[in-house]
Amino acid sequence: MHIPDGYLSPQTYIPFYAFIIPYLALASRKVKKSLRSRHAPLMALGAAFSFVIMMFNVPIPGGTTGHAVGGVIVAILLGPWAASIAVSVALIVQALLFGDGGITALGANCFNMAVVIPFVGYYIYKLIAGNSEVTAPRRWVAGAVAGYLGINVAAVLAGIEFGIQPLIASASDGRPLYAPYSLAVAVPAMALEHLILFGLIEALVTALVIRYLQKADRELLTIYGGA
Amino acid sequence: MKKNMSTVKRMWLGLAVLALASPVGILLPAQLKAGSAWGEWSPEEMEKRLGYVPLGMKKLAELWQAPMPDYAFKGWDTLGLSMQSLAYVASALIGVTVIAAMVLLLGKIGLKD
Repeated sequence: MHIPDGYLSPQTYIPFYAFIIPYLALASRKVKKSLRSRHAPLMALGAAFSFVIMMFNVPIPGGTTGHAVGGVIVAILLGPWAASIAVSVALIVQALLFGDGGITALGANCFNMAVVIPFVGYYIYKLIAGNSEVTAPRRWVAGAVAGYLGINVAAVLAGIEFGIQPLIASASDGRPLYAPYSLAVAVPAMALEHLILFGLIEALVTALVIRYLQKADRELLTIYGGA
Repeated sequence: MKKNMSTVKRMWLGLAVLALASPVGILLPAQLKAGSAWGEWSPEEMEKRLGYVPLGMKKLAELWQAPMPDYAFKGWDTLGLSMQSLAYVASALIGVTVIAAMVLLLGKIGLKD
């Protein structure tokens, strides 16, 4: 889901930048209200975890690869705003140091993976977990569903971002200037591989961390919003 | 509070283990003949798929030369999977260090005690 440079037209990547910069400023203000400096090590761990889990490329035999993002578990532990900042830091370092995801596409990539995944995931988790006990199985089930849906919504949005490019910009010979595949190709391609496989990895990662913390340290599941 | 600290420390150890195991993320795809992620093809791969590289893509694709492209050291991509695995672990450790330091710094500056 790391859109490289050259796939998005300026008409696409500039608006994403225009959104993400004030968004991250707002997220910082929100995090200042909800977290204390003692939570910084956990936030650093969350960002680093997201980075490492994204290195575990999972293959579809003979096809493409993909990976989990870890954005949902960070959002469940520290809230969606803190997760936005943590995952954004991981994405910025991936783009600058490792060339994974484009510099021009950074706004769009942060939107897909650091805004959509944490927010969709967090609210689905809240919805399903409800008022259940912090140690209830319902919590890790909620985490699994939240992980699965969070990454799938982001994948569909990335598919739309790819798919609108031929509509936006083409050369004088009619060939597309940027990502060449239409919505009818890009959206199903991005959606299917995440529905079939990569969504399950995000679900698994989210559920496993919740189960671990239910046994090891349930307080860490009650930092954000006291739930 | 002390208990939280130790759980976080244990999770850091777990993360270190994940970083050391990260080459699974290149070895398994190689084993199962899986290629790039959808929509993340290099201009060369795009040329093979389409028969041409879109003009705007050609211009933007080379915009940034990352110091460790594709989680490897420059020039190591010809060295075989074991050396690539080594570079991958090094990338994981470097990335974790840089990211954790950045977030800790942000937290220290921005968050109240």
